[in-house]
Amino acid sequence: MLAFTARRLLQLIPLLFVSSILVFLLIHMAPGDPALLLLGVDAPDEDLEAIRIKWGLDQPLPVQYARWAGRLLRGDLGTSYVSRFPVLALIKLRIPATIELAALSFLISSILGFSTGVLAALKEHSWIDFVVTSFNTLILGTPSFWLGLLLILFFALYLDWLPPSGRSVGLLEDPGKAWKYILLPALSLGLSQGAVLSRFVKSSLLETLTQDYIRTARAKGLRERVVVVRHALKNAMIPVMTVMGINLARLLGGTVVVETVFAWPGLGQLTIDAVASRDYGVVQATLLLTVVIVLLVNWLVDVAYAIVDPRIRL
Amino acid sequence: MSDNTLSSGLRRIPRRSEGIYATAWRSLMRNPLGKVGLGILGMFIFTSLGAPLIAPYDPIEIFAGDELLPPSFNYLLGTDELGRDLLSRILYGGRAAFAVGLLAVFLAFVVGALSGLIAGYVGGAVDAVVMRFWDMIMAFPPILLAVGVVAVLGPGSFQSAIALAIVNFPRFSRLARGGVLSEREKEYVMAARSIGASAARILLRHILPNVLATLLVQFALALVWAVLLEATLSFLGLGTQPPNPSWGSMLRSSRSYLRIAPWYALFPGATISLLLLGLNLLVDAVRDALDPTRARRLA
Repeated sequence: MLAFTARRLLQLIPLLFVSSILVFLLIHMAPGDPALLLLGVDAPDEDLEAIRIKWGLDQPLPVQYARWAGRLLRGDLGTSYVSRFPVLALIKLRIPATIELAALSFLISSILGFSTGVLAALKEHSWIDFVVTSFNTLILGTPSFWLGLLLILFFALYLDWLPPSGRSVGLLEDPGKAWKYILLPALSLGLSQGAVLSRFVKSSLLETLTQDYIRTARAKGLRERVVVVRHALKNAMIPVMTVMGINLARLLGGTVVVETVFAWPGLGQLTIDAVASRDYGVVQATLLLTVVIVLLVNWLVDVAYAIVDPRIRL
Repeated sequence: MSDNTLSSGLRRIPRRSEGIYATAWRSLMRNPLGKVGLGILGMFIFTSLGAPLIAPYDPIEIFAGDELLPPSFNYLLGTDELGRDLLSRILYGGRAAFAVGLLAVFLAFVVGALSGLIAGYVGGAVDAVVMRFWDMIMAFPPILLAVGVVAVLGPGSFQSAIALAIVNFPRFSRLARGGVLSEREKEYVMAARSIGASAARILLRHILPNVLATLLVQFALALVWAVLLEATLSFLGLGTQPPNPSWGSMLRSSRSYLRIAPWYALFPGATISLLLLGLNLLVDAVRDALDPTRARRLA
């Protein structure tokens, strides 16, 4: 198991390396002179030249990449062209909000998706199945940003139960106060991903219930609950874990949109603001950080998969 | 021989064999949800193409003094914050959604499928490099990749089409490659090779028609994604730029007026949802039509 985990982790290194090259090249294709963006159009030519030399902007691309990668490994993510703050400081300010939102959304999507998927599978062709399937189809056709606006309209503006936007304190600092602000954004993300998961859980469980060993378990006289919980669910969940991992990775992309809807001060909002203001230093760092997180999540899913199904360690 | 025997004999005569697409079309037409999806898509295509004839007003015409009006006889879906007719903007917004979506998916289809066909046929280092490159692209969450590309190219409809095409390249490429891998060792390919057909001719004339069905399903799926991502990019202010109408940008603007003009968000949002619903129903039906075993497994 340790060897498998280490092997998968080592396979990440070339992926991270190529991802960093992609992000570096992408941002370097952007128009505009970084020195001008940093110092402003009124800066004297000698200052611009000094910045270019200091940052290696006059060097060939491979040299620039090597210097940038070296700074990354030392924890230096560069400087924001707009605010002049270190990008790492900006990210540290914003990342807790995104982690909270992604974690709660993941929890909501997993609970909803799992429970409704199992219910729909066990009550196939019943009215419960019809309600769950219809609900999932409806949610899947609703973009998360519109779902967010609908939730704001109904719960915040019409019923006045919850605030429409913003974040007060961290969820771990003061849950009693924080939950009101995070609930609607987390639902916007969680419902969509939950619908995806629900469909997959249903089809995976239905497929598992047709297997020979399930027929054997029933023939042995085991109660249906035991057949489902002890035999079917365990095996049906193996492919479902992959979908849950994909969901978690997708959530990180989805937070970009939902943070904009709810003015949630997270990494997604930071990225969009940076794109709008052509703050390429921040865009570069947040893109790379997101890819690193996605790759790490995929690695964790692989490891969890191997724990549950020992066959794939071979 | 009696009439009954004759007619029952005639009924047993098998149909002339028909192609896969004709069979799939007939199967699609027997699927009620597929027909609903096709109807919804047809309605959107009709209204988008016919927007200049159907829309009551110019979508960018401002009617001063008529800002944020609710639905009425003059403005069937109400007006926005500048006094522009929402119905007209929604009708014209469909053009942006389809134009960007179709351009993006067509580009992705051509580039992605070509790269997959070549990588799968040539194999070796070419295959490894191409597939690893697409794996890298797929490591990026689609919306973030699209945002990153737009950050470089700048906001706009054409730029968002390029961004959406890049997001979809890997899927088409992997599907095409998978198809080539399973077809290239078949006898008809060997026969073509043995009579001296070039690689290009074998790929395009012989192998591509046999993998086209899978690619068409992906085309439909990618179109659903492209419409959604275009609306998302516009919502983020990175897609179609004002004053040109786009459903996503209308939702973006509506946020500030949710309390006083909820219709401003409801109608564009409902439009996007209806189109996505229709596309999803159609895609499911197309998949079932082209892969009947899938329909039997899910039944």
